Amino acid sequence: MNKHMSQNTKGMIQLFILRFFAYAILIFLCILCLFFFYLMVVNSTRSNAQLARGFSLLPKEHFLENLVNAWNDASINIPRGMLNSLIIALSTAVLTTYFSALTAYGIHVYDFKFKKLAFTFIMAVMMIPAQVSALGFVQMMNKLHLNNSFIPLIIPGIAAPVVFFYMKQYMESVLPLEIIDAARVDGSNEFHTFNTIVLPILKPAIAVQMIFSFVSSWNNYFIPALLLDKAELKTVPIMIAQLRSADYSKFDMGKVYMFILLSILPVMITYIILSKSIIRGVTAGSVKG
Amino acid sequence: MKETKRKKDGRQSVSYAKWGYIFIAPFFLVYFVFTLIPQFLTIYNSFFETYRDGLKQIGPNFVGLQNYITLFTPDADGIIRILKYASNTMIMWVAGALPQFVIALLLAIFFTSYRLNIKGQGFFKTVIYMPNLIMAAAFSMLFFTLFTRGGPIQMYLAETGAINQTFDFFSNRVTVRGMIALMNFLMWFGNTTIVLMAGIMGIDQSLFESATLDGANAVQVFFKVTMPLLMPIFVYCLITAMIGGIQMFDVPQVLTKGNGAPDELSRTLVMYLNGYLTNKNYGMAGAISVIIFIITGILGGIVYKMLSAQYKDPEQK
Repeated sequence: MNKHMSQNTKGMIQLFILRFFAYAILIFLCILCLFFFYLMVVNSTRSNAQLARGFSLLPKEHFLENLVNAWNDASINIPRGMLNSLIIALSTAVLTTYFSALTAYGIHVYDFKFKKLAFTFIMAVMMIPAQVSALGFVQMMNKLHLNNSFIPLIIPGIAAPVVFFYMKQYMESVLPLEIIDAARVDGSNEFHTFNTIVLPILKPAIAVQMIFSFVSSWNNYFIPALLLDKAELKTVPIMIAQLRSADYSKFDMGKVYMFILLSILPVMITYIILSKSIIRGVTAGSVKG
Repeated sequence: MKETKRKKDGRQSVSYAKWGYIFIAPFFLVYFVFTLIPQFLTIYNSFFETYRDGLKQIGPNFVGLQNYITLFTPDADGIIRILKYASNTMIMWVAGALPQFVIALLLAIFFTSYRLNIKGQGFFKTVIYMPNLIMAAAFSMLFFTLFTRGGPIQMYLAETGAINQTFDFFSNRVTVRGMIALMNFLMWFGNTTIVLMAGIMGIDQSLFESATLDGANAVQVFFKVTMPLLMPIFVYCLITAMIGGIQMFDVPQVLTKGNGAPDELSRTLVMYLNGYLTNKNYGMAGAISVIIFIITGILGGIVYKMLSAQYKDPEQK
């Protein structure tokens, strides 16, 4: 009895120590993740002179002033950049999710000769990054006079293998083929069935993938930087990179922190509101254990 | 009109094959125009000499494999640049990925352990996943402003005496690579944690129970039960992370203004490619693209095999 008791206490102490370490590690990592962004927010509330004095963890009162200065900056037109990025990212999100769902539906529901080949092809090209065809892409867009246009940044979103794969998996788990048969009996046209019956069933998957494609388009730097050189067409990441290459010492630093804050703000707000469903969406589409 | 036939299971099926083609047509059309043709153009370019000499356009002249030979021949300084940038990329990837996978595995175990019963998981996951969505260019710019000479972190560390007053984070190989690795780590460990966690939760719980009943301790359970069963997901994560690592660009490009300072020791393969693309040396850019294509192709092939193996066997969960 006594021995049993002491073993139990030993286990309790062991668990207590384990828990302590687990929480300590988690809290440390959370601080590490938030620290740099906290400094960014704090620094966006400080004036250039206050920033020159050094490090501080306390916010000051220059937030609005920095916001107005950044918003009206002559060389970096951030409101225009945000509008451009917003147009591109929203259009991409809509096209990517709609056409990925359409493609997945085409392969999931219908039987046709090249169905297997089509599926294999999409799976095989899934991991090929955009960079390795960037040269031909840029060359072709220049020839077609589509550089300095949003078209090459939006239309390719129609062919998104990863989103296709996610939609295909989602359909396998939630889409009963009987519903489609029933719609056919009711005389519904196939396209109409997809738009009015299937899309509403796919709503959760579409919402999650819309967020992911919005974010990756908003953050995309490599291809837009190669295509857009007109000032009024530049997107946010190009402007941020421009900020880095400009003569840095002349800048009002409060304004610089404000630019960085503005560039990540739309994504941050979306994340704060929808973090739960976003995190749930991360796992789908990868290998099952 | 439409041909109707009966399947073995008695479910009536009408041939709607035409619709299958119509529905997948936009995807394949767009892929063909915006990816496949550019891909062939890229490969085609790699066999030509095409560049700008001042305002003069040289080429395109067919040169066979000359661009590839140039790529692997030491330059005037005796350096084979592509190998230097490949090794930079690899060093920085490993420096970020090693802690990324160790920490992610540890956190995934914490989160799934019934014994530890970690509270506030939703909060922790929200915070650690957050950097994954941050614009890499902006994150990198933020690091630059914080760590540059006269930036708040550099000043603070100099004041406290942790570093020399004149210490410049951006002229030291270890600190530049370290910052890039740290950013990559911060951007990806949360994502890996969540994927590995889902993998662990997919393992049959009774296996853990019987192992514990047989007297296995936590460490034994991890190495004998968890890890072997988690292997497919773990390898999948590792290879997709490698493919991501080869594409490393935004962070070092913005952090070092594209020059890969100091002494090009933080210049990556894609920065090399981007350099040739911006000064319109399409021959060399083509050759580099093909090499990156081959490397990602091999890694992507492994991912494809893993995904399709899982796909053929829907029973496997």
